Parts: sequence; structure tokens; C-alpha cells
Amino acid sequence: MSRTLRALPTLLRVGFAESVAYRAEFLVWLLSTNMPLVMLALWTAVAREAPVGRFGQRDFVAYYLATLFVRLMTGAWVIWELNMEIRQGTLAFRLLRPVHPLLAYACENVAAMPLRLAISAPVVALLVLTVGRTHLTRDPLLLAVFPLTLLGGWLITFLAMALIGALAFWVESAGSLFEVWLGLFGVFSGYLVPLELFPRWVGAAARALPFRYMLGYPVELLVGLEGRAPALRDLAVQWGWIAALLALALSAWRAGVRRFAAYGG
Amino acid sequence: MLRYLRLLGVQFRASLAVAMQYRVEFLVEGLLGLFWAGWSLVPLLVLFDHRRAVAGWTFPEALVVIGWFALMKGVLEGAVNPSLTSVVEHIRKGTLDFVLLKPADAQFLVSTAKFEPWRVLDLLGALAIFGWAFHLLGRWPTPGHVLAALLLLACAAAILYSIWILVVSAAFFVVKVDNLSFLFSSIFDAARWPASIFRGAWRFVFTFVVPLALMTTYPAEALLGRLAPGRGLAALAGAAAFGLFARLVWLRSIRRYTSASS
Repeated sequence: MSRTLRALPTLLRVGFAESVAYRAEFLVWLLSTNMPLVMLALWTAVAREAPVGRFGQRDFVAYYLATLFVRLMTGAWVIWELNMEIRQGTLAFRLLRPVHPLLAYACENVAAMPLRLAISAPVVALLVLTVGRTHLTRDPLLLAVFPLTLLGGWLITFLAMALIGALAFWVESAGSLFEVWLGLFGVFSGYLVPLELFPRWVGAAARALPFRYMLGYPVELLVGLEGRAPALRDLAVQWGWIAALLALALSAWRAGVRRFAAYGG
Repeated sequence: MLRYLRLLGVQFRASLAVAMQYRVEFLVEGLLGLFWAGWSLVPLLVLFDHRRAVAGWTFPEALVVIGWFALMKGVLEGAVNPSLTSVVEHIRKGTLDFVLLKPADAQFLVSTAKFEPWRVLDLLGALAIFGWAFHLLGRWPTPGHVLAALLLLACAAAILYSIWILVVSAAFFVVKVDNLSFLFSSIFDAARWPASIFRGAWRFVFTFVVPLALMTTYPAEALLGRLAPGRGLAALAGAAAFGLFARLVWLRSIRRYTSASS
């Protein structure tokens, strides 16, 4: 345990150096997160005549800019790496190291955060300047809880990726399975359309599924769509999902590694 | 000309043979394509749950646009994407030499190197969406309108292909472009909406910079029989100009190619 802790700063430093070394590639990756901007253009055009539900033009601006920010800050890419390393057998190198591979992956992903923050800074500035006065929550408690929800969103994203990625130990189409996950995420997280605008039962389903706690929940909290009591209740649900996914990912990983035979080496 | 047609036949048969080898994998991919085609309707359903019409588009009409989107996505992922991804790989590893040595046009060879026949399922998805849309409209397109739409489909495919050639040409300069393809796919996603819903800068970008309007909105309007002939001709001219430009850029960039080993 203490050995792992001592390795952490180095792992983070290496990860950060990597993200800076491939900055052009990294930037292109982040730019492909442009769906919220397209949806922003679409819904503000629709809301010109009359508000949609209780969403006016400025509500959509707040919602989608916050969505873009949360999405940029909670991104992970471990599944692609995991998939490739399991197939090509290069995972063997990681297994030799005295640090749990999932932790090593997590460090690589966390180390890119400063760069992500730098890129999403203009989004935050735009958000605060355009609708900050009227459409961001003023509640100090919720503002204090927000970073925690952001962290939770990232953890769910990462752990789900690790869990589905670990399936690559058994099946070849783990990538396809993840695409289905992404499809479900698009709808049930509020990424494409605010969950409020769906029929009521979709919103109810979203509250039970993990997707909303990856994105929609922090966003709704930030733009003041959710009051204090429900926000705190959702926080408990979010961390419940994290605990469940952590247990699942770790056990899938343990069983998978036992099956793993590095080929090609 | 005949020779190239025969070559196309050979290349296609080779792709088919490869595809038949990985039947399960490709079936999974095909089913996923259908899943996405159906799933991409969700935002549209939500939007028209709140509005009867948006920017002059009713629900069935917008459905026709989504149909073209599904169709173009099939073209993109079945015929354009696989070949051109392999070019990038060739350029990076320096194995493009083997292609350049062959006694046929290099652009033709690399563009027809790989097809994914299972993407035909996307076509079926698109036809189902069209069927539903026109059933809701209560009328069917006339043969003339279908013909115009098919012509515009050819234009759209040509533009899509030209954009891809431009992206690939960039690989001669910056090498690492596999994620540029990802970026392009993410932008292409916006083509599922009728272009006239967007306003201001976005409409300009989607019409002239990345002509998504030409790819899905114009063919849809043609099929609905409300595309002004002038705009149809403009689309034709635009596609021709785009294709020519891409060809020139390709010829210029291939001159910059120096094999990897040297």
C-alpha cells in the first residue's frame, strides 16, 4: 500500500508528460466532443419562438455549456487502451509492475486533467459571462458539493470502461458492447437532450440507471435545476453506483487476469 | 474505363471474401448499425413531442432527412471509411510503395481497397425510415423526384468522398490522422438535422465549409419534391468542384510522399 502511494507522484508525472507530448492529438480528441454545441445551436433556434417545457433560450445555453464542461472534465479513454493491450498481449508489461494496472490507468487519465481544465476554461468563462448571473446555482452547499459530483461522474465513467474493457478477456467484441453503452449514455444521461424534456418515464428510468450520474446530475446541480434535498439524495445514489462498479470491475479484473495468456510475446 | 470497372469488381470481391471470413463480427457490426439508426431518432422524437413543426419541417419531413443521414452513414462507414483508414496506415508504415508501383491510378486503388458489405443493413434501415415517413405523409414520391434524389445522393457521396481524400492527404503532412476521422464523424452527426433549423454562423458552416446540407437536407427536399431546380444544379456544381479540388490536392500531396524507410 505505501509502495503504491510512493509510486503515485511519478505515475502522475509520466501521465502528464504524455498528455503534453501528444497535445495535438489530444486537442483533436477533445474537439470531437462537439455534440453539446450542435445541440445548443439546435435548441436555441427552436426556443426562439417559445420556450420548450420550462427551457428558454438562455436555459439551453446554460445547460449545454455546463454539459460540455462536465463532459470534458469527466472523459476517460481506458477502454480503448485496455482492449488493445489485452488483444496484443502488451498488458503483460503492466502485470509485471507492482502497481495494480487499473490504478496505473487511472493515473494516466487523471494526469490529463490539467490539460482538460485548460481547454475547458474558455467554456466556463463563456458560461459565467453569458448566463452566470441568472442561471447558475447560488447555493453554497451545492457549489461545494459540485466538485464531488464531478469526481463521481469521472469515477463512474472510468469504472464502467474498466468493467466493459475487462470483458475483452473473454469476448472479442467488447468494443461493440461499449458502443451500445455509449448509445444508452447519450439518451439516459441527458447528454443529447435534457432529461426533463423526455416523457416522464424516461426520467424515472434515468434516475435508476448509472448514466445520469455520469453527466446529467452534475449539470442539473450546477445550473440550478435541482434543489438541495434531491441533490443530496442523488449524491448518495451516485456514490452507491461507484461502490458497486468498483466491486464489479475489480472482480471482473481478477477473474480476467487469471485467464489472460500473453500471446505473441 | 472498362479496365477500371473490372478492377473495381476484383477489389469488391476481395472485400466480400474477407467479410465472409468474419461473419459473426460483421453481423454484430451490422446490427449495431441498425441500433444506431433507430437510436438516432430519439432526439427527433423528443423535439417533435414539443413542437408540431420546426423551421418549416414537420415530423415526417424531418424523418426523411434522418433516412438520408442513415443512408449516408452507411456509405461513409461501408465504402469510404475502411479504405481510407487503410491508406493512413500505409502512409505511416511506408507500405504505400506497393500501391504506387501498381500499373493503375493510385487514388483509385486506395479508395477501393476495402468495403464492408454488411453495411447494406444500414440501407435497409434507411429504407424502413423512408417508408415510415411517407406512410405518415400519406403520399409517395413521384419517379421524377426519386430520380432527382438519387442524383443528389451521388453528389453527396462524391462530396463525402472528396472530404475524406482531403483528410487523407493531410496524412502525408502530419502522419497521425486517425483521430481526424473521429473528429469528422462527430461533425457529420449534425447532418441528421435539416440544415435550415440552424441559424447564423452554424448554417454557413454546414452549407459551405462542411457541406452537410448538401448531403442530407437537399436529397430529402428533392425526395419531398420541394427542392428548387437552381439549388439542385448548384449542388451538382458544388460536388464537381469539390471532387476536382480533392483530386488536385491528392496529386500535390502524393508528390510529397517519401517512403518511411529512406
